[in-house]
Amino acid sequence: MLKLRDGIIELYRKVATSLPPDVEDALKSAYIIEENGSNAKQALSTVLENILLARETSRPICQDTGVPVFYVKVPIGLSQVELKDTIIESTRIATEKIPLRGNAVDIITDKNTGDNTGKGFPVIYFEETHDSTLTIDLMLKGSGCENTGQIYKLPVEELGAERNLEGVRRCVLDAIHKAQGRGCPPYTLGVGIGASKDQVTRLAKDQLIRKLTDTNGAPVLADLEKRLLNEINQLGIGPLGFGGKTTAIGVKVGVNHRHPASYFVDISVCCWANRRGRLIW
Amino acid sequence: METKKIKLPLTKEDVLGLNVGDMVLITGQLVTGRDRVHKFLFNERPRKEEIPFNLDGAIIYHCGPIIRKSDEGWRLIASGPTTSMRVEMYEHWVIGEYGIRGIMGKGGMGKHTLGALKKNGCAYLHTISGAAVYLAERVRKVIDGWKIDDFGIAEAMWLFNVEDFPAIVTMDAHGKSLHDDIEKTSYRELLRLIGL
Repeated sequence: MLKLRDGIIELYRKVATSLPPDVEDALKSAYIIEENGSNAKQALSTVLENILLARETSRPICQDTGVPVFYVKVPIGLSQVELKDTIIESTRIATEKIPLRGNAVDIITDKNTGDNTGKGFPVIYFEETHDSTLTIDLMLKGSGCENTGQIYKLPVEELGAERNLEGVRRCVLDAIHKAQGRGCPPYTLGVGIGASKDQVTRLAKDQLIRKLTDTNGAPVLADLEKRLLNEINQLGIGPLGFGGKTTAIGVKVGVNHRHPASYFVDISVCCWANRRGRLIW
Repeated sequence: METKKIKLPLTKEDVLGLNVGDMVLITGQLVTGRDRVHKFLFNERPRKEEIPFNLDGAIIYHCGPIIRKSDEGWRLIASGPTTSMRVEMYEHWVIGEYGIRGIMGKGGMGKHTLGALKKNGCAYLHTISGAAVYLAERVRKVIDGWKIDDFGIAEAMWLFNVEDFPAIVTMDAHGKSLHDDIEKTSYRELLRLIGL
């Protein structure tokens, strides 16, 4: 597990100090379309310069290196207990070495452990796979944006949101209006729809692993994603909330079957520093 | 958009000369404070002389930096802003009590803070969210920290020496808030988009 440990530390470094190409490209496109002389354009110019500086100097793009969220696809026969131990050890070393900010705070004592490990910290989701390779996706989820997430129980009368995808559309727009610029736009949104609160919250976050350039396999959801992206950008909140044309760079929707009595919609908001990466072992 | 160079500590006149939309470049000693610092100041109400840094005319920067201790002193790695709205319930009191002239962070603040800005002569400065390396390059030195053991590195109060640290005035001492304006126009758009 020693080599894997080093691989995970390097994955941490890559994810903390650089952005995936699809995200960086989307931010560059946003810079181009914002008006010359606007605060939005100036802000995006600084954001892009910061991305370059972080990569060149191997320092974290954002001082909030977030809650590390691992999605691990484990081949049959590989021990999840050992993998968990390796991830926790890698987290301690990566926090010291890169360095990352210690973000794990004990609820009872209010003390920060300083090394990004604690109860349920980092977040690790395992899934067994028939594949022979181990695949580890890591997301460093900033908490300014995490705080702007919302959950809705449809129907919502004030929004005229019924139990259908039109109702979902209304909730997502409402959530972004509520978020304003507090979670560092341009945002990437993960939307999860289904039967229970815990499940849709997880499903919404799962969507943030998808590339901005992918297309939803269900045409009706692909249309909804496209429409929502276009409409969110009509809200005028803009980069960093300064006003402008780019409030979001991606919307991804995931669905599960629901119970006849329930229609939950969760919206997970990710800041412009949409930091994710993959290690295949 | 006008760029103004401002030097710390700020006077009331300096602040009254700032308007929403101005770009500022800050030079001087900047004090950080986020959730824990605000909660502490509000609940424990320490006297000015009990705080090791001078807060008269200061800017409080909502920032939880990455800092490591080295042989040469504190080494700053990254220092962008954190969401200001979380300290809305404390900030109006802090501004009045300690003579603060500037609040810096991201995302803007609410009506209690806006009222305190006008009443006391203070401005809210929005710096570049997430640009943590870019902004750390504008910090010349981390002079000292306070409450490091109690609050941890991310939540301690730090004293930074900064040069040409960039921000945009988004709430001024004249009662204007860019965040209020954007909230209102985005609400109109929301109602249009959902047909209400």
